[in-house]
Amino acid sequence: MKMELIQPFINAADAVLAQSLASPLSIGNLSMEEEAYRRKGMAAMVRLTGDIEGRVIFDLDKETAVRVARCFAGAELPESDDLVRETVFELANQVIGNAVTTLNDQGFHFRVHPPVLHAAEHGAKNSEDTEALVMCFETASGNVFMNIAMQYGCAQVKGAAAGSHA
Amino acid sequence: MQEFAALLRKQDRQPVRYLVVDDSVFARKNLARMIETFGGQLAGEAGDGAAAITEYDRTNPDIVLMDITMPQMEGIEAAERIVQKHPEARVVMVSSVGYQENIVAALQRGARHFVQKPVKPEVLYEVIKYVMGEDGAVASAAAAGAPGGAGGAQ
Repeated sequence: MKMELIQPFINAADAVLAQSLASPLSIGNLSMEEEAYRRKGMAAMVRLTGDIEGRVIFDLDKETAVRVARCFAGAELPESDDLVRETVFELANQVIGNAVTTLNDQGFHFRVHPPVLHAAEHGAKNSEDTEALVMCFETASGNVFMNIAMQYGCAQVKGAAAGSHA
Repeated sequence: MQEFAALLRKQDRQPVRYLVVDDSVFARKNLARMIETFGGQLAGEAGDGAAAITEYDRTNPDIVLMDITMPQMEGIEAAERIVQKHPEARVVMVSSVGYQENIVAALQRGARHFVQKPVKPEVLYEVIKYVMGEDGAVASAAAAGAPGGAGGAQ
């Protein structure tokens, strides 16, 4: 687990949720997960490839997503599956965009793939190299789960082995 | 929601007209709500860069608020095309991806400013004031959100 790669995502999630929901939040359960990811609600997965490789999953139950959506839009919105999906995607985009900004300014270059719906009840089993950190952000709108598995990309690892600085 | 003194066009004291470009419905709604508190008027919306170019031609807004990562055509390319065709266009990039390379690329290709998401209304307000420059004017606070001012798409 490379905390230096994961910390920017934690900071970004904390900042984005606190500002968007305009209420305090706390980090509840935090666990390492080697087994396949078990989805809790509507989940969006974003893959990163390049100097840093891995994936981040954002997962909200339907009721939480609707409450978060209303905070994002600042208005009452009719409940629908589209609304829930759009909320999870927007949250993923904002958190990852902020984290990417930090990592890129630290010199890491990588591609962020568009979010995809994580529809399966269970994800693929993680390998030892991609052991995931699962965090629960407890907010006034409900629990937001973030699951991160991140490692250095091949070029970074080879560069470090050769003693070069990437 | 915070209250702001209305930002108007200096030439005719009419509300500043905005084109909001973002593939996220939430982001568009959120920006539209902020525009309303600035006493502005939503001239149009678009969900991708290609649609933004068409909407710019159709609505001729005073300000474009443009996301970067979008389907079809990304915001930086759309900004460049708009500015090539309309050198007077004022495009402000609004994105969660705010690393230096991205900002520099946007500014080099015609954008006037950059605001990072999640957008803070007070930051966006100051950026709009700066970008409008001498073409903008701040009215009294009571004018913001006045009837006939903000919100209505044309």
